[in-house]
Amino acid sequence: MTGTDSLPISIAGITKRYGDVYALDHVDLEVRSGEFLTLLGPSGSGKTTLLMALAGFTRPDSGSIRFGDREIVLTPPHRRDVGMVFQNYALFPHMSVAGNVGYPLRLRKVAKAEIAARVEQALETVKLAGYGERRVDQLSGGQKQRVALARAIVFRPRILLMDEPLSALDKQLREHMQIELRQLHERLGMTTVYVTHDQREALTMSDRIAVINHGRLMQLDAPRRIYDRPANRFVADFIGESTFLDVERDGDTVRFGGRPMAVGWMPEGDGPVQLLIRPERLALLTGEAPDGMNRFEGRVQAIVYQGDTALAYVALADGPEVALRAGTRTGTAFDRLARGDTVTLGLHRDDAVLVPVEGGGRR
Amino acid sequence: MTAVDLEPNADDLRRQGDRERWAMLGLASPAVLTVLVIMVLPVGWLFYLSFIGESGGFSLENYGRMLESKAYGRIFWTTFEVSFLTTGICVLLGYPLAYFFAQLPRRAAAVCMLTVLLPFWTSLLVRTYAWLVLLQRKGLVNTWAIDLGLWDEPLALVHNMTGTLIGMVHIMLPFLVLPLYGAMKAISGDYVRAAANLGAGPTAAFWGVFFPLSLPGLFAGSLIVFVLCLGFFVTPAVLGGGRVIMVSMQITTNIELFFNWGAASALGVVLLAITLGILFAASRLLRLDAVLGGGH
Repeated sequence: MTGTDSLPISIAGITKRYGDVYALDHVDLEVRSGEFLTLLGPSGSGKTTLLMALAGFTRPDSGSIRFGDREIVLTPPHRRDVGMVFQNYALFPHMSVAGNVGYPLRLRKVAKAEIAARVEQALETVKLAGYGERRVDQLSGGQKQRVALARAIVFRPRILLMDEPLSALDKQLREHMQIELRQLHERLGMTTVYVTHDQREALTMSDRIAVINHGRLMQLDAPRRIYDRPANRFVADFIGESTFLDVERDGDTVRFGGRPMAVGWMPEGDGPVQLLIRPERLALLTGEAPDGMNRFEGRVQAIVYQGDTALAYVALADGPEVALRAGTRTGTAFDRLARGDTVTLGLHRDDAVLVPVEGGGRR
Repeated sequence: MTAVDLEPNADDLRRQGDRERWAMLGLASPAVLTVLVIMVLPVGWLFYLSFIGESGGFSLENYGRMLESKAYGRIFWTTFEVSFLTTGICVLLGYPLAYFFAQLPRRAAAVCMLTVLLPFWTSLLVRTYAWLVLLQRKGLVNTWAIDLGLWDEPLALVHNMTGTLIGMVHIMLPFLVLPLYGAMKAISGDYVRAAANLGAGPTAAFWGVFFPLSLPGLFAGSLIVFVLCLGFFVTPAVLGGGRVIMVSMQITTNIELFFNWGAASALGVVLLAITLGILFAASRLLRLDAVLGGGH
């Protein structure tokens, strides 16, 4: 099933209000052809509303949605030709697995023999060959997931939408399916818009992530950029663990507690900023600080053991508490840490990122 | 030297479990007793009476008469005809109604449902006589229809099968709409959305997905209506005008006119047996449906 054509999606000024609340507030978004784009946001952020607008189940108040050159904002859902995987799969319980997967082909009046062949092929693609005669309620959660996927791709749509498709699976299966969906996307190459509230899932699977909050696009970037260079405090806070330190900025000079700091990235303008600290980007310094390391002195308040890694909460000499995360390998300096120890923490200049305090909130 | 107890507290735990089971049985006994006294005993007595002949001894004559007499055959036939037609008309009227309600927002649906339920709280007798007033030769329906020029001569709308069916459908409709509405509400909107997404227009999505999924509810509602119809008395008695004789009415006649408890009991037993048979067959059919998972 390789060589499926894909289409870009062009979203412009999409707005949807419920009373006074903007579910979508003039959203502009370009999804590239063949790209795996994730809409990431907390519940109620508008990410699902946007997906439903793409599928045609939510009628926006205004705006334009184009699949390739075709304006589809007025097109009813059954003429949009997009595949969709629902959160609860929505497999028809009165049809067998083959009945479900063949349904879109029967609607398109495909010849019987061809339906059978394509259904089997689609089931093979999702590693369920030979499951056609099963009843839907005989399947496990992961299998239902695969059938839903097979049904969504069997009619070769050029755009695939997925609404939190893995949220009902347990952790191990979910992580396995993340990799599998990603591989499938690489094979089929169809433009995919994926909705999730799970930041780890978004980081794992996406070509690009669109972070959405209060119906607005907060940042659209590759996973690494989203994590390392968050555009505002909301993105920095929502993705990954984070502590924010108040710093003074004067032109290019940044000071924390009166001492100048080496900073890898700072936003434009001269609005108030904060230093973003990720626990795993802090280092426990034992001797001389290497070049480009900012130093913080502090005292260990608590240590939380989490198996593969542990968190040490360190109260900095100047007040705020930061968390330091490191692996639990035996014999390291980190492993020997105890409550009450005085420590020196290092933060590489490239990991020292400033984010604007303003922005990312409600309009 | 004491032996090590490999199953500590096993006996006490078992006894505690037994005590709990007995306590549960004790709590259930009022309900069991009630069912015994008001259901099992009367039906058993009915069963006994049906085998008592006019001589006062054991006899099969009550059942024999049912086989011999053509009148009885006709009565059973009428009973099934009325029940079947009522159920059919209820399905035709009730399905669109329940579907409409199921599409409404919850509050609006509750108000609409009230209009269906309101007649429920009026006496059956009152409603039946109200139909008599409406449907008779010079009743509202005939007068208005003639005034509007819909028909010239008063139609015989009552004291016959037509009147019986109109009255019975009116009374039975809620019994179909309520379970059907519940079943429709339980169908996730995602199924229809999924169908639309896969390319089904509204008509195709309805017949291909929504209707099959609503069938268990429709079946349950129809079954309730059909079984209730089998034993119906008041409405056919009043609106049938003596032309529509159902089993329940023959039972009354046997008792009030002929004081023949044996014959009446035999009719009751046969009706009960038929009803149970239908329920059994229906439950088998439903289970069969679940096993097959529906066709495609």
